Amino acid sequence: MQKTADAVIVGGGVNGVSIAYNLAKRGMRNVCVIERDYLASGSTGRCGAGVRAQWGTEMNLRMSMASVRMFENMNEELAYDDDIEFNQGGYLLLAYSDEGFEQFKKNVALQRAHGLEVDLLTAAEAKEIVPHLNIEGLVGATYCPTDGHCNPFKVTDAYAKAARRLGAKIYTNTTVTGIRKENGCVCGVETTRGYISAPVVVNAAGGYSQDVAAMVGLEIPTYSERHQILVTEPVEPLQKPMVMSFHHNIYCQQSPHGSFIMGLGDPTEKPGYNIEASWQFLQEMAEKITWLLPPLRHLRVVRQWAGLYNMTPDRTPILGPVDEVEGFYLAVGFSGHGFMLAPAVGVLLAQSILGQETPIPLEPMNLSRFARGELFHEPSVV
Amino acid sequence: MRNDENTIICRCEDLTLARLRQLIAEGYTTLDEIKRISRAGMGPCQGRTCRALIEREIANLTGTPIKDQPPAKYRQPCQPVKLAAILGGEPHAKDS
Repeated sequence: MQKTADAVIVGGGVNGVSIAYNLAKRGMRNVCVIERDYLASGSTGRCGAGVRAQWGTEMNLRMSMASVRMFENMNEELAYDDDIEFNQGGYLLLAYSDEGFEQFKKNVALQRAHGLEVDLLTAAEAKEIVPHLNIEGLVGATYCPTDGHCNPFKVTDAYAKAARRLGAKIYTNTTVTGIRKENGCVCGVETTRGYISAPVVVNAAGGYSQDVAAMVGLEIPTYSERHQILVTEPVEPLQKPMVMSFHHNIYCQQSPHGSFIMGLGDPTEKPGYNIEASWQFLQEMAEKITWLLPPLRHLRVVRQWAGLYNMTPDRTPILGPVDEVEGFYLAVGFSGHGFMLAPAVGVLLAQSILGQETPIPLEPMNLSRFARGELFHEPSVV
Repeated sequence: MRNDENTIICRCEDLTLARLRQLIAEGYTTLDEIKRISRAGMGPCQGRTCRALIEREIANLTGTPIKDQPPAKYRQPCQPVKLAAILGGEPHAKDS
């Protein structure tokens, strides 16, 4: 393995390879990614594969809108020899209380001010978009037609291939065991295949970000939490948009392949690293989804799995450099939406590392926001 | 058409032997990686047919015997089950 690098990225998920590609594209010659298992083996490959711009804070909104535009042109931009399977069937978000609907109105005002095409709908209008939706108790909804679905494995593969063509190296089956620093600056990464000296180290370790930060003696407020998903057999096209209810903590989308992917958030889930699927999830999902979308009762579940959300106290990612250790950068705490933000995160982190001006300011998303008490309040997370 | 182009390895997701060989040559050398890039083993049978065939082909082309390949995870349920059956509202039978 190589002995030196200009930058080492810890984590071969979609954000790690997106950052690697963007650094290489901007002229950094010697970039490498260290991945403990195989690419997209962690949170990226376990995610619900949804892509949306309907967020409630300006930062998430701006990053996700930029990402949607990049997904639209990604096959060409990355000269991908396959297809990332980006399908814009929209997202229908449901409100079951006046309070929830008031929040949606605020979100839509913010989203429209930033140029997002999004509509506030009555329950009856929501049913026109998804005719099999049970609208009992539904107060209203929002709908954005450019939201959708994309294949996380293919996106990771596309970035990895493009990064390699530009000279980046990706080491899979290689574990980072330590990070060395000297006089407050990072100087290299110890791995199971040897030491690489590097002036820049990026923590893109997903569910294990807090452990990688601890390797430089940095305490960050991220923690991991299991979230579960299931997928059904593929059927004929039945439901165009993702249907999401924050009240029920549920999302459900038919993929272009025909299968339905559905996930639930469990408010009683304890922080930890458990990624085993449970039968309790299957039972709860069956109850909730057959109430919300009744015809889905006829579908067969073929597989369930789980993955980690890397959470922050304000459910917004932590991005950019840190004051405590020079050369150490964070792309962590995506709180369940790291896949859909990865195109923008790659650009922003690369620009930040190279000392270039970023089109979206990164400072508000730095780690120091917690010390300053300047937290975001993202209202729209399942 | 070459013989391996009409040999189906994963019959749920239509992975051919030719495509499998191409993926292994490109560097996808474990069952988990091949599953994720090609969908092999993600269909209704959950890999009951293709797992062993893919492992054997990996062994043939990379020289890594099956016993030394990282095993892919087996995920529940062990056979497809209707959501209605999970709720107890419908009998679970193969033709239901």
